Parts: sequence; C-alpha cells; structure tokens
Amino acid sequence: MQSGSNAFLEALRAIAPAAVPDWVLMVTAAVIGFAIALGLISVAALFFVWLERKVAGHIQCRYGPMYAGGWHGWAQSLADGVKLMLKEDLVPRDADRALFIFAPGLVLAAILGAMAAYPLAPAVFFGQFSLGVFFIVAMSSMTTIGVVMAGWASNSKWTTYGAMREAAQVVAYEIPLGLSLLVPVMAAGTLDLRAASAMQSGLWGMDWLIMPWNNPFMLPAGVLFLVAALAETKRAPFDLPEAESELVAGFMTEYSGIRWSFFFMEEYAAMFLMSAVGAVFFLGGFESPLTHLAAQIGGTELFVRDAAGTLAFDASAIPYQIVAGLTLLAKTVFGVFLMMWLRWTLPRVRIDQVMTMGYKYLTPLALLCVVGAAAWEAIKHALWS
Amino acid sequence: MSDTHTASGLGGDARVLRSGEREFTLDVRTQDMEINFGPQHPATHGVMRILIRADGELVTGAQPHLGYLHRCAEKIGESVEWLQYLPYTDRYDYLAAMNNNLGYSMAVEAVMGIAIPRRAELIRIICAELNRIGSHLIAVGTYGMDIGAFTPFLYMFREREWMMALFEKICGARLTYSYIRIGGLFNDAPPGWFEEVALFCDTFEAKWPEYYDLLIVNKIFVKRTANVGVIPGRVCLDFGLTGPILRGSGVDWDLRRDMPYSLYGEIWRDGAFQVPVARGEMGTVGDCWDRTWVRMREMQESIRIVRWCLAHIEEGPVMAEIPKILKVPKGEAYVGIENPRGELGHYVVSDGEKMAVRVRVRGPSFCNVAVLEDVLPGALVADAVAIIGSTDIVMGETDR
Repeated sequence: MQSGSNAFLEALRAIAPAAVPDWVLMVTAAVIGFAIALGLISVAALFFVWLERKVAGHIQCRYGPMYAGGWHGWAQSLADGVKLMLKEDLVPRDADRALFIFAPGLVLAAILGAMAAYPLAPAVFFGQFSLGVFFIVAMSSMTTIGVVMAGWASNSKWTTYGAMREAAQVVAYEIPLGLSLLVPVMAAGTLDLRAASAMQSGLWGMDWLIMPWNNPFMLPAGVLFLVAALAETKRAPFDLPEAESELVAGFMTEYSGIRWSFFFMEEYAAMFLMSAVGAVFFLGGFESPLTHLAAQIGGTELFVRDAAGTLAFDASAIPYQIVAGLTLLAKTVFGVFLMMWLRWTLPRVRIDQVMTMGYKYLTPLALLCVVGAAAWEAIKHALWS
Repeated sequence: MSDTHTASGLGGDARVLRSGEREFTLDVRTQDMEINFGPQHPATHGVMRILIRADGELVTGAQPHLGYLHRCAEKIGESVEWLQYLPYTDRYDYLAAMNNNLGYSMAVEAVMGIAIPRRAELIRIICAELNRIGSHLIAVGTYGMDIGAFTPFLYMFREREWMMALFEKICGARLTYSYIRIGGLFNDAPPGWFEEVALFCDTFEAKWPEYYDLLIVNKIFVKRTANVGVIPGRVCLDFGLTGPILRGSGVDWDLRRDMPYSLYGEIWRDGAFQVPVARGEMGTVGDCWDRTWVRMREMQESIRIVRWCLAHIEEGPVMAEIPKILKVPKGEAYVGIENPRGELGHYVVSDGEKMAVRVRVRGPSFCNVAVLEDVLPGALVADAVAIIGSTDIVMGETDR
C-alpha cells in the first residue's frame, strides 16, 4: 500500500472502471473520509454525552435521562443538540466578534483533523500516517489555541482565568503525555497506530506491549499517560479551565447555543481520541483473542494484490475487519468510561497543585520511564540480534 | 471608593488599602484585577457578592457585599402578632427552620415565663437535631461540590430527603415548618413516627462512614482543604464567630452544653453527647478541613441526642395552656440557641400588647460572613471558593 493513500481510495481504485481519472477518485475518497470522520465525531459526542449522564446518574443513585426516545433516554443528546442548534446566536457586545466566532470552529477543526489518524479497522482508515500518534497529539493540542482564543475574545475575567489555566495546564502536561507515549513508541518501534497494533497480535492476540515481558516500564507509563490525558482533555480532577464552582464555566462562560456545543463536542472527541491512543498503545489496539479467532477463520486484508498487480476485493476479510474495529472501539469506550468514573468520584485539584504535579512529579517520572524503557529495549536488541 | 480603584501595582505608588485588602510583595510586577464574585456565582450559595481583588490567581483583597435577599424580617416582627411572626423565622435560615422556630419560640416563652410540657420539649429536640443533620448534610455536600466532587452531594441529599419526609409527616411541610410554636408544638407526632426516626438514625449511622471515606478523607479533598483558610481561635473570638467554625478553630464552646437550654443540660449530664472540637488532624487547627470534620462529627452526636430523646419519650400534652390570641406580658428576653451554623439569638421586647416592640435577631451566618474579609486575602481564587464554602453561610439569614 503506497504511503499517503487511504482505505477509501484503495477501494475506489479497485472498484472504479479504468476510464475514471485518478484525481476524481482522490477527491471522492477525501469527501467520503471527511464525512465518516465528521459523522463519527458527532455520533461519538452524542453517545458520550448520553453515556456520561447515565454513568453519572448511576454512580449517584439516580437514573439520568429516561424519557427522550424511550429506552433509557437514548435520544436525549439528540434532543439537546436540536435545542442548542435552535438557540439564539449570541455574541456579547464587548467581545472580539471575529475571534469569538472563530474559536469554537478552530477547536472543532483541530480535533476533527486529529481524527484523521484514527484507524477504524486494520484496513479501513482515513490516512496512511506513519507519524500517527504524533499527529494526534499535535492536532489535539491545537485545541488549546482555540480555547485561549475563546477565553480572551469573550472579554470577561472568568473566561480569561479559564483560558490562562488551560494554557498553563496543557503546556505542563504535554510533556509527560508525550514522554509517556514515547515508552510504547520505543517498545513498538513505530509511531503508526496500525503498525503498533499489528505488532501485538502474538499469543492469541494477547501479546500486548503493556505485558511485562515486552517492557516492564509500560505499566507505569500507562498510569502516567492516563493522568496526563485527563489533564490534556481537561477532565476531572483536572477540569480547572472550566471549573464550574470557581470560574462559573471557565473559558466558555459567554458561549451559548451551537458554539457552546462545539466545545462540548471537542471535549468528548478529545476524550475519544486520547482513549483510542491509549487503547492502541497500552491495551493492545485491535488485538484480542476474538480478533485472533476472526483472523484464523477468514482473510485479514480487504484488498489483495494478485500476481498481475491488480487489487481484488476479498470478502472473507470482512468479519476480521469488523471484529478488529469493534475491539478497538470497545477498548476506547472503556477508556472513556474510566475517565467518566474518575470525574464523578474525585474532587478537583487546585491550579498550583496541578502545576506542581505536572512539573515536579509526572515529568521526572515519565523521563525515568523513558530512560528505563530505552535501556530495556537496547539490552533486548543486544541480546536478540 | 473612587481613589481606591485607581491605585494598583502599576506605577509602584503606595495605594490606599481598603478594608479587607492586604499588601503582597511578589517577585514579578503585576497588575491587580477586580472581580465580582457573585451575586450570581455558583459558589456563593445564594446571592452574595464578594468584591475580590486578585493578582493572577492570588486574592489580595476581599469585601463581601450583603443585602441582596433583605426582607425586613426584624421590622416585620414588630408589625405582626407574636404567633404570626413564626413563619418568618422559617425563612431566615431555610436549611434549619426548626432551629429558628425553636429560638424564637423560646425567646417569647422566656418573656411569658411559661413552662413547656416535657413531651413537647423532647419532640422539639428531636426535630432540632434532625434538622441539624439535614443542614450539615447540605453544608458538607455543597462543600464537596465547591471542591469539585459532585457525587457526595447527591448521596447526602438522599438522606436529607428522608429527613424532610419525616418532617413532612409530622407537620406537612418540607422546608419551612413553623412546627415548633410558642408554648409547645403545632401537633403531636403521628403514630409510628418515632419508630421511623429510630430507623433513620440506624440507617444514617451506617451511611456516615461511607461519606467520611468518600469525601472527608479523600486525598484530593484533604489537599484542597487542609491548611487552607486557617482561622485561629483568637480571630474567631474577635469576630464573634460561633458554631462549627468556632469549634473548628479549637475553641470548645457549644451553647447546648455551656449555656444549656430546653433539656440539653439533662442530656449532657447523662453523657449522651459530646462536643467535637477540631484538633488540626490534617493540617493546622482552624483550617477548612477541620470545619468540615466538625460538621461531620456533629451529625453523629445529633444522632445520639435523638436516640436519647427517643428512649426518654413520654406521653402527655404537646402544648402549654396559652390563650388563642397571644398577649405577652411586659418584659424582654434574649435567648441564644445553638443553630447548625452557630448562635442564633432572639432578643424580643414586649410592652404587653399583641405585637412585639422589638425583635432583634443575632444570626450566626451574618456574624460568620464577616471573617471572609480577614481570611480571603492571601488565598488562591480556588481557595476562596473553598473558604467561602467552609463558612457555610446561608444568605437568607445574613440578609434576613
């Protein structure tokens, strides 16, 4: 598969008649990919908002939404979304109008861009990213610019507080996040999410990187990653930029309607992506005994290149692709659930404690993990090769 | 006011410090910011406005502004008949309405010089202590929410709901009871009520450690509250602070024991309750954690008091022989009782007519809110929320 292509382009190339020029296929593939990513983000955000409310409800001895849509209020987020869309579009008089309107868009665009590196299934993906995890971390930290922009443009003291906290916090936690991700990257030897996942398929799909025989530094790195990811996605106990009891609503105090919901969507999409990265590197990605079984039954590659060099569609690989995709999705949802569980259990830490923890404890610990993991890998290579 | 707004760290010129402001020397040149903390702010628990002067995240000055909920309660006390004022007492500290009823009734009874049937006294104490539990549940629960822990709040509301259902059974109201009347009680407890109170006590006692573990000794909660907002005992006395704040600062003073009223003296002599006094377990004596701990412990003690009353309950009337239209003889009296938030004092003056000449209320929240000016400067903005929450003020009562 050539670099820079994506699964949809491959599929189109295999299906389309030869007369169709290649650029048409490229544009079509891009449009399809974008539509799927947008749909995925929207549906994921709607689902996670509902899930959050249900999780919160059940943790707090209540039910959460129960009416909209019938079964356990499944349509609650949909109804809320419609309400938000129909609300008046309000921009405060003293706000910096252009920036105020631009900020939510930037936030959403950044996270949508990061989504491009998320692999739906081993052979269904938006783009061939050899720098996948780097791309996700880089794009999702771009949302900070949008948040700072929103906080500043709102021209309110509370939003400025929220924005400054966000900036300080994200800068502080980007370091341990990146360092803790370096450990699995070193263990896998790749930044590509799909390649990293494929590496873990041994032992009936249980040869995960986090298993101690692969690298004993993976487990502490995983814990560090979880903490840093919570701070990075501004989730409790690190939800200081929007600490509702201190800063009213932090950087989004002045936002309402659909623009406000953009920030909301970004939050849940960021949680989803961070969990996906965590799932790939720390929880085995696509691999599980179930995936292994599916791979045993049918093929694994959707498009097989025959001797003549033409791509041929292999339908027997469909079960494997579906099982693998769902495995990653399940692990990702578990990660998101973990974040929600923490949010509804723990109090919020203070801003100076957040900074102390980030700089004084997480960063050195992450560095230690990186050094340890590097030494481990070096010894392993020296012994085996 | 005007000159104080201009001067800040800008030109390095000495600025006029307002009341509640303090000078801080920082290693970087910064500019102060004035923030309106409230009146519509989630952490002020009502409509209070605190004008905060902040240098980044550091609070350098704080000035509470009260009065958004002023309803002329004391003036109303002079304009309506004795009994008619009782529902107004419900509305100053709406989380502890039974205690307010008790305070006012006892003040009027003191002027009248009447004795209350023992059964009425016992039910009064049961109600007052149950209400103290409900009030502290709100105090600790919302405090958790201020710190960012949402869940304990809803757990505590579950128990408070039951407490309110108990009151609903005894008087029909859930928040503003007007149940404790001048001369006794509105009516007797319904059949089976005492048994349910006993069941509530057992259930609550079983739940208590759950809350303690979930919130009070939670690592993050301790980090947020220990050594934060320390009010030394001396300052407490200077500001006239009472209630859990005073005991949270290590001052051993509880009106129920030290100036006993109703049957509390008897209960104390029976050894049925203790007065929890903070010892600075997690940090310094008088920090936010201590105040919360005192509230938690007081709930346990209230349960013990309720149990004592249930064990000593006896048959009899619940209302003293008083006329339908109350005329209070000429005289005056001050009665202070231990409200969940501190000393609630009622000073009533009568000239022998159907109405009071003066009803003066010494509200604990009103006195306690004054200390914010002293403790907020030097704290972080996030700590400000923690400190305000730990004083547990009810704006309905500060403003009256």
